Amino acid sequence: MSSNSFAYTEQSGGGETAELGQEATSTISPSGAFGLFSSDLKKNEDLKQMLESNKDSAKLDAMKRIVGMIAKGKNASELFPAVVKNVASKNIEIKKLVYVYLVRYAEEQQDLALLSISTFQRALKDPNQLIRASALRVLSSIRVPIIVPIMMLAIKEASADLSPYVRKNAAHAIQKLYSLDPEQKEMLIEVIEKLLKDKSTLVAGSVVMAFEEVCPDRIDLIHKNYRKLCNLLVDVEEWGQVVIIHMLTRYARTQFVSPWKEDDGLEDNEKNFYESDDELKEKTEDRKKPYSMDPDHRLLIRNTKPLLQSRNAAVVMAVAQLYWHISPKSEAGIISKSLVRLLRSNREVQYIVLQNIATMSIQRKGMFEPYLKSFYVRSTDPTMIKTLKLEILTNLANEANISTLLREFQTYVKSQDKQFAAATIQTIGRCATNISEVTDTCLNGLVCLLSNRDEIVVAESVVVIKKLLQMQPVQHGEIIKHMAKLLDSITVPVARASILWLIGENCERVPKIAPDVLRKMAKSFTSEDDLVKLQILNLGAKLYLTNSKQTKLLTQYILNLGKYDQNYDIRDRTRFIRQLIVPNEKSGALSKYAKKIFLAQKPAPLLESPFKDRDHFQLGTLSHTLNIKASGYLELSNWPEVAPDPSVRNVEVIELAKEWTPTGKAKKENPAKKFYSESEEEEESSDSSSSDSESESGSESGEGGGSEEEEDSSEDSSEGSSSEEESESGDESEAENKRMATRNSKNKGKSDTEDGKKKNEKSKTSGSSDADSSSIESSSDSESESESEYESRKTTKEIGKQTKQDRNLLTKDVSLLDLDDFNPISTPVVLPTPALSPSLIADLEGLNLSTSSSVISVGTPVFVPGKTHVLLHRMSGKGLAANYFFPRQPCIFGDKMVSVQITLNNTSDRKIENIHIGEKKLPVGMQMHVFHPIDSLEPEGSITVSMGIDFCDSTQTASFQLCTKDDCFNVTIQPPIGELLLPVTMSEKDFKKEQGMLTGMNETSAVIIAAPQNFTPSMVLQKVVNVANVGVVPSGQDNIHRFAAKTVHSGSLMLVTVELKEGSTAQLIINTEKTVIGSVLLRELKPVLSQG
Amino acid sequence: MIHSLFLINCSGDIFLEKHWKSVVSQSVCDYFFEAQEKAADVENVPPVISTPHHYLISIYQDKLFFVSVIQTEVPPLFVIEFLHRVADTFQDYFGECSEAAIKDNVVIVYELLEEMLDNGFPLATESNILKELIKPPTILRSVVNSITGSSNVGDTLPTGQLSNIPWRRAGVKYTNNEAYFDVVEEIDAIIDKSGSTVFAEIQGVIDACIKLSGMPDLSLSFMNPRLLDDVSFHPCIRFKRWESERVLSFIPPDGNFRLISYRVSSQNLVAIPVYVKHSISFKENSSCGRFDITIGPKQNMGKTIEGITVTVHMPKVVLNMNLTPTQGSYTFDPVTKVLTWDVGKITPQKLPSLKGLVNLQSGAPKPEENPSLNIQFKIQQLAISGLKVNRLDMYGEKYKPFKGVKYVTKAGKFQVRT
Repeated sequence: MSSNSFAYTEQSGGGETAELGQEATSTISPSGAFGLFSSDLKKNEDLKQMLESNKDSAKLDAMKRIVGMIAKGKNASELFPAVVKNVASKNIEIKKLVYVYLVRYAEEQQDLALLSISTFQRALKDPNQLIRASALRVLSSIRVPIIVPIMMLAIKEASADLSPYVRKNAAHAIQKLYSLDPEQKEMLIEVIEKLLKDKSTLVAGSVVMAFEEVCPDRIDLIHKNYRKLCNLLVDVEEWGQVVIIHMLTRYARTQFVSPWKEDDGLEDNEKNFYESDDELKEKTEDRKKPYSMDPDHRLLIRNTKPLLQSRNAAVVMAVAQLYWHISPKSEAGIISKSLVRLLRSNREVQYIVLQNIATMSIQRKGMFEPYLKSFYVRSTDPTMIKTLKLEILTNLANEANISTLLREFQTYVKSQDKQFAAATIQTIGRCATNISEVTDTCLNGLVCLLSNRDEIVVAESVVVIKKLLQMQPVQHGEIIKHMAKLLDSITVPVARASILWLIGENCERVPKIAPDVLRKMAKSFTSEDDLVKLQILNLGAKLYLTNSKQTKLLTQYILNLGKYDQNYDIRDRTRFIRQLIVPNEKSGALSKYAKKIFLAQKPAPLLESPFKDRDHFQLGTLSHTLNIKASGYLELSNWPEVAPDPSVRNVEVIELAKEWTPTGKAKKENPAKKFYSESEEEEESSDSSSSDSESESGSESGEGGGSEEEEDSSEDSSEGSSSEEESESGDESEAENKRMATRNSKNKGKSDTEDGKKKNEKSKTSGSSDADSSSIESSSDSESESESEYESRKTTKEIGKQTKQDRNLLTKDVSLLDLDDFNPISTPVVLPTPALSPSLIADLEGLNLSTSSSVISVGTPVFVPGKTHVLLHRMSGKGLAANYFFPRQPCIFGDKMVSVQITLNNTSDRKIENIHIGEKKLPVGMQMHVFHPIDSLEPEGSITVSMGIDFCDSTQTASFQLCTKDDCFNVTIQPPIGELLLPVTMSEKDFKKEQGMLTGMNETSAVIIAAPQNFTPSMVLQKVVNVANVGVVPSGQDNIHRFAAKTVHSGSLMLVTVELKEGSTAQLIINTEKTVIGSVLLRELKPVLSQG
Repeated sequence: MIHSLFLINCSGDIFLEKHWKSVVSQSVCDYFFEAQEKAADVENVPPVISTPHHYLISIYQDKLFFVSVIQTEVPPLFVIEFLHRVADTFQDYFGECSEAAIKDNVVIVYELLEEMLDNGFPLATESNILKELIKPPTILRSVVNSITGSSNVGDTLPTGQLSNIPWRRAGVKYTNNEAYFDVVEEIDAIIDKSGSTVFAEIQGVIDACIKLSGMPDLSLSFMNPRLLDDVSFHPCIRFKRWESERVLSFIPPDGNFRLISYRVSSQNLVAIPVYVKHSISFKENSSCGRFDITIGPKQNMGKTIEGITVTVHMPKVVLNMNLTPTQGSYTFDPVTKVLTWDVGKITPQKLPSLKGLVNLQSGAPKPEENPSLNIQFKIQQLAISGLKVNRLDMYGEKYKPFKGVKYVTKAGKFQVRT
């Protein structure tokens, strides 16, 4: 591919610019050195050269500069051909930067962008989940319509990926594809439906996001997943939580009946916001019905509560709005504390939270009353925060706290921030109207403010007083007189207009002042603001009607002035008033009513909160903040009158298991189950019968399929791929599986006991091995004796069967046993493995001698250390703990493998399901035979499983994932060098002979110094076998100890000699072809032998 | 969700842009500039602005505006919280969140933004995970990189991303295993003219610095957990344990993080450690005024109060101030009209005071309100709420960690009205 694009650039060298359509470059490209653009072009030329160089560092440099250009918003699109061919670069950083570039410019250069697609398609199949995920990310971010089908395919595939991380990315890709081509909606909904069933917390948030974007109306998709989402919520990452909570809020409003009915009577004003009047009536009628909350409704409310403690303000707000919108009113109180806590955060968070509190506090004062003081204003707050706090304080004001509040307001009025001071005056006005007890006090206070030095304050006071007076048709002659005097000093138009209006309105109460004011105004009419002029006209008209004797001439003068005013509104008004009040022939019937028209009782203005009308938006949304319906805003529906069928949310376990197949997980967990279903059927059956039968059938399918196919498939199944195979076979038709299952279990039931006995006897033939096995049993105390015995019997039986068959059929090595039908047993049998293996080996030894030369025969381990290593800590494993140890048995899964036993403990308080091995990350050549998935592990339960790992005679770590139903944990096993050996029995003569052949390069030695008591034969023996799995070679001399072993993978001999010298020294010699292992072993043994 | 991000400095230059969906032209920022002009003060730029086709949600942090472009309905807090997380990540990576630092590390910034959002939806925001994906720049690494040509980009998926404890990476190893907790309490208070407390509450946080190998499981218990009125937790804390036993049980992230933040309710009487005597007066019709403040200790539990700073925003008409401090030094900025008095420690024998004359603009009316005093102070080894850590236990690992707890009380938003 890279050569392709290279050719492309070469060819386009001359005429490229025309193709790219870059105007600037096209004019200059032929000569390359024209005017202003030349330097720019040159610079890019040099970037191109760098990109074409062979050195990664030059490329990286170039890419970094290009990204710098993109970041600054400069156009770098002409470099596209040069950049795109680096898409397959080996260097990860270059690759990432190329991705950045591609995503930015692909839309503009669609044809060229297509060149990169194949790279991503290839990467989508990569074994590394990170690479798969990032390929999907970039592929779906390239907004090129041609590749829509490719994207669709990739998304479908990724949505069934084993890795939850890839599935998460698939969910993101859904939204991208939808925005690119909305016609794919139907197909995408299918994928969403599938992903919604995903149990991973990683996926949940992203898929709900996709759901909200693509098909928010398909609420039916949520039903089955509702409970799961509620339960997962706490563990989902914080951003996902926000999205899910918002979605569930909407869901709850459509699916449950209102929990508010009972408090209807108490909070009447609230009702109006949510229900129209008709509905209200209906509600009150059937209020008598007792209300009981749907358990699912309760579940949601309960499970979101801990999230109020989140550190993420968005999560807290989301929960708060959920409680506000769907919880019973009595319970919503708990959110106020958390919301108040958010007020300590930065100003942007404060701004949004205060807005929402403002809306809430209008409807339910009580919620925030205890936190009144938290809304006190500091002089350092930004103005927008101050006004919001003021708003809330106003909403919270009541008879009890108004005096405290007014005192507080007094401080605010004096604030240097005049805008804020003005807002405070408004607030005082509102308090005065809302609480009649303090109206007079407020009015007096406001009048005092009229003597304030600051004009804005005075003006605002005038306006507010005007409103207050209008509301109280009581005599306030004094105040009006005072205000009339102010006209001389005050200049703010609104205030002047307000005073004039007031005087006009009350002109009969202040008969002496009013005409004088008009006189003054007539004088200054031409210089007044339009707003004031209109009021002067009004005043004139009113006076003309009430006191025409004194003011007739004045009014006419004013009307004349108004007639020639520049502003057409004023001219208009003048004409209108003149016609109306000045009686002449033409004037119609209206002039008779002029007085009524001008001096009518005017309704008092309502001083309302600006947040009054916000409540129809869902809290916490953008629409609520802006008080405009934002695009994409989803209305919160009203509660349904009758709850829809709640049973739609019921989820049968069996159904889930079936639906889960895409990831292959469910099938894998089944085989393990089978064991319980046989041996522990009674206990298990109490669990859930449906899941039991299901899993049984699944497991049997694995077995049944295997037993028929085992002969042919023996080879490849030993390659450690059996788990995959298993899941495939599991996909086969359900019916067939069941049929097979029944048949199998019948057979087994019959032959069980007698066969087992027979085999047991057989296993006794090798006495020594029996002894060993018992030592192991005692060392691992995780399971009860009887059970393990039973299990071992069963296994041995199986093996017995198998071996017989083998003898007849083939003469291959041990790996033969690694067959499909055998696997299921290995899982629970784990513990017994030590007991079984020796016998197995003994049985097989007859067949299997090909591995090494005649002198060497694999012996049984002399000693098995009980030391276990931690595979997965219970803390990191969310309650699942795993330890591993090396039983030092030849591996039953393959002769080049080291057997490893893993003990799984469930330390959590709930059942852990589907424990299996996920993705493996093994160094080249390394292989691994995984254990069979464990269906479920009860709390406090433990289970031991065995697996085989071919370490290729190296101490490299085997990394893999230990997965449960919901999680994947990355774990590693690193073998001590001593466990990569198998003990070998040989005579002293053979030993010497072999040693003679392994000298020179193949020999490493060291001198050890230690106290003599450490060199007793038993001590040496114990120490050596503790470190390494070696066999003891009988020795003629007392002072020489010999040990022999072979490496597991290559079968190379490993001869260890400890020769005790005089005093307290000893010579340690290791002879082996594998010198690396030899020297490592030497290094391990040395300190052990020398210490006390 | 988040469509694009623009970073804008104080002088209004857009110095970085990043788009997660199709490209949005820079001109969309004009609406922002318009709002900024209208607001006069950077603090007052509304965080949410509506434009004909987009919505702009912005934050202001460290003298930079982070302006995000939104196209459809989204909880505004979601975006705001995320933007703050971005700013914090820059701070974490480059030591400062400034224009220069971002410009110098533009490639890392871009890689970070690429990882943090996918199609506008947050992907990885946990610092521990990001650091595994993209290594923070250090001088040593940049030298090594320039020689070897290796990169800052990690090539494996962070283990945390997939485990149940996304905040902690696996395989942490330290030679010295240490766990430090800083209990920091801030007193928010408004004191009125007469010296009585209008409002006071304690806001506390416990910041942790954990350097422990392996997968330690810690539990931290308090002598008096009931004090904590309202708590918010780092996601690592097991909520159920707290509910039932009032014990903080958690597997910590590696490094520095905020474990909890809490509030001690104002119902409990909050001890106010300092008092201020003040007399500020401006004479009518003369161009000067008097300024006299004295600070003294009060309810300080026998601890010294240190690091005292008094900041006063003087009224606009003040031209200059001519003061003499008995202790510390003062500055007055005639442009911003901010008086700062750096006092230092209080010794009860001789109370620090600041006295002198205020020069006012002649002819201007005298300011009618006295400025309020903002006070900063610090008391070491004291948590003013009385909160005490009882013990820290570690499970799951065998070694013995070194443990330490430090208490500090500071003034938060501590304001004295005059």
